[in-house]
Order: sequence, then C-alpha cells, then structure tokens
Amino acid sequence: MSELDLNQQNTAISSETIDGQIATLNLGPTHPATHGIFQNILQVDGERILSAEQTVGYIHRAFEKLSERRPYNQITPITDRLNYCSSPINNIGWHMTVEKLIGAELPKRVDYMRVIVMELARIADHLVCNSVIGVDTGALTGFTYMFQEREKIYDLYEEICGARLTTNVGRIGGFDRDFSPGFYSKLNEFLKEFPKRFDEFSSMLERNRIFMDRCIGAGPISAERALSYSFAGPNLRAAGVDFDVRVMKPYSSYEDFNFEIPVGSDGDTYDRFMVRQQEIRESLKIIQQALDNMPEGKYHADIPDFYLPPKEEVYSSMEALIYHFKIIMGETAIPKGEVYHSVEGGNGELGYYLVSDGGRTPYRLHFRRPCFIYYQAYPEMIKGALLSDAILTMSSMNVIAGELDA
Amino acid sequence: MENFFIKVKGIIEAADDSANYFLDNWNEHNFTVSKSSIFDIIKALKENGFQYLVDITGAHYPDTENEYQIVYHIHNLTENLRIRLKVNLDSKKLEVPSMVSLYDGANWMERETFDFYGISFTNHPNLTRILNVDDMDYHPMRKEYKLEDETRTDKSDKYFGR
Repeated sequence: MSELDLNQQNTAISSETIDGQIATLNLGPTHPATHGIFQNILQVDGERILSAEQTVGYIHRAFEKLSERRPYNQITPITDRLNYCSSPINNIGWHMTVEKLIGAELPKRVDYMRVIVMELARIADHLVCNSVIGVDTGALTGFTYMFQEREKIYDLYEEICGARLTTNVGRIGGFDRDFSPGFYSKLNEFLKEFPKRFDEFSSMLERNRIFMDRCIGAGPISAERALSYSFAGPNLRAAGVDFDVRVMKPYSSYEDFNFEIPVGSDGDTYDRFMVRQQEIRESLKIIQQALDNMPEGKYHADIPDFYLPPKEEVYSSMEALIYHFKIIMGETAIPKGEVYHSVEGGNGELGYYLVSDGGRTPYRLHFRRPCFIYYQAYPEMIKGALLSDAILTMSSMNVIAGELDA
Repeated sequence: MENFFIKVKGIIEAADDSANYFLDNWNEHNFTVSKSSIFDIIKALKENGFQYLVDITGAHYPDTENEYQIVYHIHNLTENLRIRLKVNLDSKKLEVPSMVSLYDGANWMERETFDFYGISFTNHPNLTRILNVDDMDYHPMRKEYKLEDETRTDKSDKYFGR
C-alpha cells in the first residue's frame, strides 16, 4: 500500500476508505460505458483506482502508411475517419495543408464557407461530448434531444456534400459546388431553432446541483501538467491555458471574426463541460458573422492543376479534359518540401506534417492527433478517484477511438 | 518576436556549432541539429518559454547518408513562436535522447516513433510498441516495407497464377 501515494492526485480520500485488498479490473476493451474500444487495466481497492494502464491500438488502420500510396485527393476520405464526430474539420485541415504546400491563393468566399462548415462540425462534436457527459451522470434526456439537433447539422452536411458522417467535404482548392439555396434556408432555421433547444439543455445541466456535485473535482488536471502533457483544445483551455489555434495561428480568415475563447480554471470535468458549452455559443456567433459578411466570389481557387474541372467541360473542352486526366492519373507536378499545418479540431490542435518529394503521393504524412497525445494523462487524472469518475473523466476528455489509433 | 527569435537562434547555435538553420518558403523556422546536442537544446529552449511540445515524429529517407530523421515541433506560447528541429540519425545507431523528462507528452509520441521506425529513445521509461501488436518483428513505416505486406500467405492463390 505504502508505495502508492494515493493522495497525490485526490486529497479527498480518507485512509478509512482503503481496505488494502487490491484487485485487477479490466475496464474494456468493449465496455458500453467507454464509447469506443478502449482498454484500461485498473488496480482497484474497493472502488478507488490505485493505478491504470491504457492499451491503445485496437482500431489502428495504418493511415500514415496508407497515405504514402494515395494521391493527395484520395487522402481526404482517410481523414474523415480520424475524429469521426467532426469529419469536416479534418477534411478541410488536410485540404489547407496541401494548399499551403502548393501555394494556392483562395478566394475569401471559400474561407468563409469553410468557417461555416468547420464551426458546424465543432458544434456537432461538442454536442456529442457534452450530451454523453450527461448520459454518464445519469441524464439520458439531454442526450436524446441534442442528438436530434446533431441530426440537423448532418442534414446541413448533406446539403453541402451529400454525405452525413464521413463527409469527404470539399476539395483541394475549395468546394466542389456552391452552397445550395436549401442549405441557406436550413442553416437559417438551425440558427433560429438551435439556441432555444440548446438553452433547454444548458438549463437542465449547467446549474443542476446533482450534475455539479458529480462533475466538480472529477478528473482534474492543473494547467502546468496539462501543458506538460501537450493537451490541446477544450481540455487545455479548461485547465486555464488560453491556447487556441484559431487565434494563435489563424487560418481560413479566422482573424476576421469576433469571438471569445472560453477558459476554465480547475481542469476538471465540470470545467471541460462548461468550456465546450461556451464554445458552442461562440461557434454560433462565428457562423452568424460568416453568413452576414459572406463575400461574393467563386467557391474554389483558380488552380486548374489541382482542382477538378466541371464535368460538362471535360466532355466538351480540350483543356478541361487534359486537366481532368492529369489530376485523376496523378500527373500533376507537386512542389517539393515539407509543411506543417494545424487546425483547431474538435479536440484541439489537429496537425498535418507533410513531406513531399514531388511525386503523386506524399512521401511522409504524419497526423498530430490531439486525442492520442492527451489520452496519456488519463491514469494520472483518475488516480485515487472512484471508478464511476473514471468513466466520466474519459467521456469529458472526448477521447475518440478513431483519432486515438489512426 | 524578431528579437526573441534571434535569442532562440543564439541558444541553439551556442549549444551546437554545427546547427544548420533555414527559413523555408512557408516562413517556418527549421533547425537541423546534431544528436548529441538535441537534449540540451530543447532543455534550454524549454527554460526560455517553449513549454508546449507540439509533435515528435520520424521519417525515413533510405537514399540519403543519414537515413532516419526525428522531427520536433515546439511552441513558445507567450511569444507565439513555433520552430521545427530535426535530427538526422545514422542507420547503424538509431538512438536519440528521450524528452520524457522535459515533457510528459513526449512519452507516447516517442513510443509511436519507435513502433513505426525502430528508433530507440534512451532514458525512455517504457519504450514498447503502442499501436501495433507487441509480437510484430519489424517497423512498418520504414520504406523497405511495401504497403502490401509481403509476408502474407492468405492472398496466395495458385489457381489464379498468383
């Protein structure tokens, strides 16, 4: 017993609660409460967790190796499957990485369209996470209502690209088509109706005594430890560090928008929940601003070497046919070099390290996946906590198996 | 920020006189440093505000003299400066100091690099495979392994001449 310093993380444990009988408990790999394939081998004393060891890699699909065989446009569907709760952010992040490599200049309109799509994805991502925190604390109702709203976001994706979950949205250079009138009417309806529903959800949980008692102090991490573990996104901000890629390294014209970065103080489950709640409201503000100030112009960049021409032109014009052929067969010259580009994904800094040797496929592509990096802090965060808090901590960290294992 | 960058460059060049700097087309700061000095450089940079380790990864260039490369991205949050450090490794001695004592987050990033490239990190607390199965006996991201696994037997089909 003595070698395990139980009070290191959670000073609330009194020595009477420990009876000295240590058991090994396998939490997962397929446990209904872990929302994905996660295995944790816990050493428990009663319900207190003494230590934990994660096993990852259950859905490793070798994305980095696969990418070395695929032309640039065929990598977009791979990125869908990283954080599948917010696929459009992954897709657009990848497109922007390639655009950075080839030096494409995009019309302002593309930036604004992308901002709308990415913020919708952020809302969907945070809705899943927060409503699932509700489920894990015993409040299933909010989850069912918020999933209806998420479906509406998926309807919006469907208007843009035809797909719902693994969206494969847009192309290198912009979008494959302009937003349809149906999209605008659905988006306006969403912006009108969603805040009402969301306020109902907020009023159910945010100041709910039971929920607060359950979440405050569960799975805390200090700002210093979170930085040391390279936390990112809402989890880092909940610990009190105001690091957001949208502000620190603005991309896609985020510098044009007026929004706030919510910051927590304790880094516990409640702070993570509240940061996400507030970010949803900020995202709504950003979408409204982008809609109001949507510039005129084309919905794609003028880069015929990389952007597929419209199909009608391929059948009727020589040039379009040549470009179509070159792009599909991967005959386009790509500059040599290496770039790192990152976007603020649903869980934080999602980075793409791309090395090009001028060939049709990347020479090396590495995904900096926020989940993979911050999940290593999990044992430290749940040490000394109750088993039920461990479940809650995991869902509030929003660990997505697809992004964890790549 | 300009002045701060000059300071950063000074720190790196003081620790390693063979350090090679270049600013690439995308305004990203690249340093190529030697294996023996990388730990001291990152330690000194951390003391100068580079508290955030963005990423550690590896790359394999079989046609070059130093086959393997480790790439570090670190970020100074107060100055909002991000730099990239690269270390070239000789394929005969794939060892580089571990950064876990400086950044806890380096742990799994280094395990991932070990898993895929077989580069060992000295003083790492638990250098085992992370995403691949434990009994795998090769490091799959190396360029000599083609995407289609040549060790597979389930795809051989003599009736179809394969």
